[in-house]
Parts: sequence; structure tokens; C-alpha cells
Amino acid sequence: MRRLSLISVPYLWLLALFLVPFLIVLKISLSDTALAIPPYTPTLDLSQGWAGLAQWWAGLDMENFWFLAEDNLYWKAYLSSLKIAVTSTLLTLLVGYPIAYGMTRAPDEWRPTLMMLVILPFWTSFLIRVYAWKAILSQEGLLNQLLMNIGLISEPLIILNTNLAVYIGIVYTYLPFMVLPIFAALDRLDGSLLEAAEDLGCSRLTAFWLVTMPLSKQGIIAGSFLVFIPAMGEFVIPALLGGSKTLMIGKVLWEEFFSNRDWPVASAVAVILLLLLIIPIVLFQRNEEKQREAEG
Amino acid sequence: MAETAPISADFAPWEAPDAKPIIQFKNVTKRFGDFTAIDDLTIDIFPQEFFSLLGPSGCGKTTMMRMLAGFESPTEGTILLDGQDIAPVPPNKRAVNMMFQSYALFPHLSVSDNIAFGLKRDGLSKDKIADRVEEMLKLVQLSQFASRKPHQISGGQRQRVALARSLAKAPKLLLLDEPLGALDKKLRQETQFELMDIQEKTGTTFVIVTHDQEEAMTVSSRVAVMDHGKIIQVATPQQIYEEPNSVYVADFIGDVNIIRGTAKRADGDHVHITFAADHAPLIAATKRDIAEGSEVALAIRPEKIAISTEKPEDRNNAIQGKVLDIAYLGNISTYHVELPGGAVVKAQTANTRRVHRRSFTWDDSVWLSWTDTAGAVLVE
Amino acid sequence: MRRLSWFNTVSLTLGFAFLYIPMIILVIYSFNAGKLVTVWTGFSTKWYGELFQNEAFLNAAWVTLKVAVISSTFATVLGTMAAYVMVRGGRFYGRTLFSGMIYAPLVMPEVITGLSLLLLFIAIGLDRGTLTIVLAHTTFSMCYVSVVVSSRLVTFDRSLEEAALDLGCTPFDAFKSVTLPIIAPAVISGWLLAFTLSLDDLVIASFTSGPSSTTLPIKIFSAVRLGVSPEINALSSIMIGIVAFGVITTSLMSKRAITRRQAEENKAVQ
Repeated sequence: MRRLSLISVPYLWLLALFLVPFLIVLKISLSDTALAIPPYTPTLDLSQGWAGLAQWWAGLDMENFWFLAEDNLYWKAYLSSLKIAVTSTLLTLLVGYPIAYGMTRAPDEWRPTLMMLVILPFWTSFLIRVYAWKAILSQEGLLNQLLMNIGLISEPLIILNTNLAVYIGIVYTYLPFMVLPIFAALDRLDGSLLEAAEDLGCSRLTAFWLVTMPLSKQGIIAGSFLVFIPAMGEFVIPALLGGSKTLMIGKVLWEEFFSNRDWPVASAVAVILLLLLIIPIVLFQRNEEKQREAEG
Repeated sequence: MAETAPISADFAPWEAPDAKPIIQFKNVTKRFGDFTAIDDLTIDIFPQEFFSLLGPSGCGKTTMMRMLAGFESPTEGTILLDGQDIAPVPPNKRAVNMMFQSYALFPHLSVSDNIAFGLKRDGLSKDKIADRVEEMLKLVQLSQFASRKPHQISGGQRQRVALARSLAKAPKLLLLDEPLGALDKKLRQETQFELMDIQEKTGTTFVIVTHDQEEAMTVSSRVAVMDHGKIIQVATPQQIYEEPNSVYVADFIGDVNIIRGTAKRADGDHVHITFAADHAPLIAATKRDIAEGSEVALAIRPEKIAISTEKPEDRNNAIQGKVLDIAYLGNISTYHVELPGGAVVKAQTANTRRVHRRSFTWDDSVWLSWTDTAGAVLVE
Repeated sequence: MRRLSWFNTVSLTLGFAFLYIPMIILVIYSFNAGKLVTVWTGFSTKWYGELFQNEAFLNAAWVTLKVAVISSTFATVLGTMAAYVMVRGGRFYGRTLFSGMIYAPLVMPEVITGLSLLLLFIAIGLDRGTLTIVLAHTTFSMCYVSVVVSSRLVTFDRSLEEAALDLGCTPFDAFKSVTLPIIAPAVISGWLLAFTLSLDDLVIASFTSGPSSTTLPIKIFSAVRLGVSPEINALSSIMIGIVAFGVITTSLMSKRAITRRQAEENKAVQ
């Protein structure tokens, strides 16, 4: 009896506030836009019984999806999100791996401090951390001031409101997500493995390439998914750092909803984004499971 | 093997026809999915026994204990405690307490709060609880550690806290799951005697699960040797060692030589066992009814085999062989002797003399000998 | 003893510089006297003063704090229950769906979560306001809590609960007097995580808030969208200061607790 209530409370909560809302999105994505409240048709009118249900069902169609498929704005937005997410994931890996590696090589007594330094930004407001870059990257910003003062450039670079600023923003905000799993994987690595590799004739570099890299693969995979998945649907970073030419699907969805008030199209955009994300999400889960099995 | 009598020598309720068992397993079977952990098991355990369940891991001994504690329920059959079916009683209502293999001491509570934990559930008054806790602390000699947390005491002390906690409620039956498994060898031997002492003082029935045969032999009034969910033999440690009922039991307990051959009935209680074509049959005493010509195994302990350079005249069995290997263990030496047929037999002698004055060495031809009552004749 | 090569030293230095310099600059310029956040004109604390005069910000801060406290508390209760079900629930009907619903919000883009919850609130005719933000935040942060708590429960020695049952506890008693005190650190960090997630959230709050219930991130976002302002720098500095103080004290405290424990354990063995 008690077990039943223990299960059913969180279960029902998630059903009502996670699954049902999602089904509503799916339903509205199949509806048509209308100048009404709510701004879509058909609405389900159960007071008419079966007839109402049938009428509602007949009113649903794939029109919004055809619309998305025909308008190449949406195609471009999905592709550009994908490109930005992949590029910034690779950049994050490039920046994050040496940090994680350096952390494992650091003396034991430094470790808690280094860990704390990686985790601290994670607790700090995401919005504020993105905002911090605005003052640095703008045309009269601190980066341009610095570069001009040391004479590296004579004209200010235009970084803010370009895709480059979005890359910097994503790398910056998601760096802890990359560093922590890689650090965890490298930390598990038995130091005697590297000694064995060197004993068997590897140079330091080949030992790193042949032993350390493959054994930290799981951490790299986990970290990459943790960056890629949220970057795909990112809204705040392109909105604050990107320009009008920066196309990201999170931003498109936001604008469809808040500016154009086109709920059915916004819902259809959401459904497709989710379908695109299902593959990496499933791959990520599988990687996690494999890791758990490997750990026994 | 130390032969100690934890309980007076005539304590043998399992032989008394009118003794009332405290626990009865009646045709108990426990299955986990396709796996049968306990297979149609029937056994009685009597009050004040120190009863050991002995067997390799996965033999079902822990499942038996968990069924007694109430964490598992039998798939078939019934378990009676004092004549009452315990199936419907949840673990927190059973007059049975358990000492866990990991000790399961509550890390957030002090030693005395750990011991008081069960008493508080019984709704005893504060004074009574305090008295009882003190009594238990005295019993396990930990009075000066009462306010420490579990991680602030040593492994041996933790073991005693766990024991005190499970005994505090004065259960009818105490279950001990590998109670000494986490201790090092020396501490384990000391603690065995302490455990026996406490069992005797409190008069509680102890059921202990162990895979350490030496531990089972030392502490128990009776030992049940288990394998694959069945009890192979239940008997006193002495009987288990001297009169095993099967090759499995003989092999599981201590070191043993198994010589296989064909039995031929001889006079009275004796059989002749032919083990090699060109050798005279071995003579062994047995009370069992052995069919003519059946395949039997003679189980004989290495320390019961004498080793000598000359053929001894006073023993029924004597075989000549060659010393293959000598294992020096300090107090004793084990000789591996190869028989003419190629079989290797182990013989043990006490090292009463200095080693360098040993009378035989590698490749020496020696005589192995034993009496007709030294081994056990087993039918497979 | 490990030693850092020059490569490790350089990558750690650059890495942490990258992580911290933007925030340090932000804090420095919050004390700038001038209106511009890129040109230093002198030290001043006037922006902090103005911030505390700004009623809109103070109201938003109050709403945010209220939402964060309530939603993280609900999320902790629900998330702990969910973790317990996941780890100890055994098999039950719909278990796969349940674990899917626990993990999905962690990777779901916030725009989708926000959109779907808003459409639900409209469908059932619930007016948008503080309540709807609390419901939304509770839903997604309970999943984070459940992940944190269940990773602790997995390593929890089950025989401790069995020992409690064996000594006469009912299952609920055993949870209350044994399990909960032991997993308390995980439950607390779950609460803190839920709390910061709620404080930090812009996207979901934007979808689910009403006109009367603007949260601080929404306020900050609409202000910074137009450009940088020293007032926002002051506000950000305060928030960074609070988080830094919290994280540094807890990590120092846990470090000291670990050292003390190790010393005691060493003493016990002797």
C-alpha cells in the first residue's frame, strides 16, 4: 500500500507535468493557426460527445510540417544549429581535454581546489556568465582595446553578434560539462598502465596516444553529448551573443511563439527538434550504461 | 583442529526423542526465477544450539538465514519458530535478530545508540534501555567506547558492537552471517572463543553462516554442510570430520585422500577394496551395508597415514611408494607419495624432530600404512 | 609524486584564466564610476546603491527567491521519492516509462520544456503566475534531485535498512531513522542544485510566468538584450559573490570533515 503511494506520487506528477504537456505540443503541431484564443483550431469540444471528438480528429493534419519542409528558413535553422553544436562541441573538447588531463597530473593536495574551480562556474548563473562576454567581445570592448593597445590590430574586430561569439559562448558555458567526465575517466586510469607502456618501449607521446586516449574514450563521449545536446536547442547564447544572421532553432522557436504567436508552427518546430535529438540522447544513454557495466 | 566442547559433552537434544526444536524447516524450497536456491529442505534446530551452515558461496546458506530473518519468504514449505509458522510475520515483528556480514552499524549513531536502537523500538523506558546498553557493552568489553562512532573504532570492535546490538533485544534466535569474515586470521581465532563464551552466557540459539570450515568446526554444536540448496550432512563437528557421509563432505572439510576401488564383502564389519590390479586389496571397517562389487571411495585423512622406511607389521594396510614432494608447514610436514599405479597420496607427520634429521627425503622409497578404522568407506 | 609538465601547467593556467577572467572583469567593472562598462573612469559603489533603489529588480528578486525555495523543496521531496522508487522499487508496471520521464527532462531543450508546460497550463485554464513557475521548476529540477539522490542510494549498503527492520523498525521508520540521515548530504546537495537551477532559469520561466510574476533572470535578460549596463554588473557581482561564498565554504567544510575522519580512522586501526 505504502509502496504504491511512493511510486504513484512522483509517477503521476511526471505524467501530468511532463508527458501530457508533450502530447499537447504534439497535438497542437497538427492543428492550424487561427486568430482566436487559444490561437489554433480545432479545439477539442467534448461536450458534443463523439461527434466533437471526430470533428477534432478530422481537423488535425500535417500541414505545419509541410510548411516547415517547404520554407527553407527552417531547414537552414536546423542545419545551422547542427553545425554550430558540432563545431562548438569539438572546440570544447579541444579546450577541455588539456584541462582535465592537467588536473589528473596535478599533485593530490591541489585536486579538491581544482575540482572546486571547475564546478564553481557551474553553480554560477548561466545568464550572467554569457552576459560577461558582451563587454569583452563588443567592438569597443576589452578584447579589442587590448589587441589594439599591443598593436596587433589597427581596426577593431567584429566578434559580438557573429557566430564566432556564439562559439565562444557555448565553449565557455559548457566547459565544465566536458572537463568533469573526462577528468573522471582519466582519474580512474591506473598509472602503472603508462609505466608498463613505457617499459614496453613507447615514448611518452605514443603511450598517451595508445593508452591514455583510448581509455578516456568514454569520458570524451559522455562530455561531448553533454555539450552537444543542450547546444542544439540553445536559446540564450545566440540571443545575447549572436547576430541577426545567427540561425539557431531554439531562437526560431522562441520567435515563432513570442513574436509571431504562431503556436502550431512553434510546436511543429519543437517536435522536429526533439526527433533530431532522440538519436544522440539514446546514444548517450547507451554510453552511460556501458560505462556502468564496465564498472561492475 | 581444536576439539573444544562449548557446551557440556552430553548436550545433544537432536538425539533426544522428546526434545522440542526451536526452528523447523519443513520441505522448504526457495526459487529466484529459474534458480533454485533452497531445494526441498527439512531440518530441525534445537534451543541453545550453536548451529553452523557451512558451504561454498551460492549453496543457499545465506538464503536460509534470510528466510529466518524475514527478508525472503519460502516459495514452498513452511518454517516454524517455536512451533509457529513465521511466514506471515514481518522482519520487524520476529523474535529473531541478525548480525550482518558487513555489521551494518549505523554510521550516524554512536556505539551505545547503535546498541539501543532495537530497544527503543520496543518502547522500553529510558532507564531500562540505558541499563541494558550498559550490560551489553560490558558483555562485549566495550564500555569505554560507548560514545564513539563506528568509524572511530577498529574492525574487531565493530564486530563486537554488531554482536551486542543484535543480542540487546534478547532474541530467541540469533543469526550470524559470516560474523568473523572481515577479521584477520589471528583476531578471528580469538573472537571464535569469545563468541562461544557469549553464546554460553546468554543461552541464545545461534545459527551461523560461514564458508570457513575451521570456524564451523571450532564453534558449532552441529554443522550442516550444504551444496546446491541441499543439506548433504548434519552432524557434530567430530562426526563430520571422522565419519563424512559422502565424498563431497569429506573433501570439503579438511584435507583428505580419496582412493577409489571395488568393494568385496569380508568378515563382519569389514570390506576389501581393490584399487589396483597388482596390489593386495585395502581393508576398511564400515558399518554401512556395502553391496558386493560396488564402486566405493575410501576417504582417509593424511594425518591418519603413517610413513616409514620399513614395512610396518602391525597395520592392516601398507603400500609402498616414492616420495614426490615434501611440504614443510612448521609443526607438521606433508609428504606426497606416488603409488605404483601413479596415484598420489598425502601423508602427514608431526615434526617432533628437527628437519635436517628427517629420515626420508625426495625420491626415497617409503611405506604408507594405516589401520582398518582410519578411513571412511563412501558410496557415491 | 606526480609532476606537472610545462604543457600541463600552461593548459591549466590558460583554462582557468578562460573560465575566470570574464567573471573577474564583470565584478571589477561593477565598481566603475562611469556609465560605460568598457571604459574605466574610477572606483565607485554607486551602481550597488542604485540597484537597491530599483524596485522592479527587488520585486523580481523576491519572486525568484520565493519560487526557488518552494520549488526546490517540492523537487527534493518528489525527487527523493523518485530516486527511492528507481533504486529500490523493484519491478512495477510502467517502470521503463518512469525512468524515461526521470531522465528525459535532463536532456530536453529548455525551449521545449517551457513551451509544453505553457501549453498545458493554457489547456487546463491555469492563469500564469508564481504558481505555474513553481510547478514548472519543480518538474524539471526533481529529475536532477532524483539523479543526485539515486547515485547515493545505489552505493548505500542495503543491509543497514535490513538491520533496522531486524531490530524492530517498520519500513517507514527505517527510512526515517536510518536511510534519510545517511543520505542527507546527497539530499541537501540535491536541494541546492534544484535551488540554483530555479534561480538561474530564464527560458522555462519566460514561458510559464505571467505579467505579475517576473523573475530576476527574465528582468536581467530583457535589460542585457539591449546592451551592457553597470547596474546589471553590480547585480551579477552580488550573485557571483553569494555562489562563490557558498561553494568555497562547503568545499572547505567537506575537506576538513574528510581529513578529520581519516585521522580518526587511522587512530581506530592502531
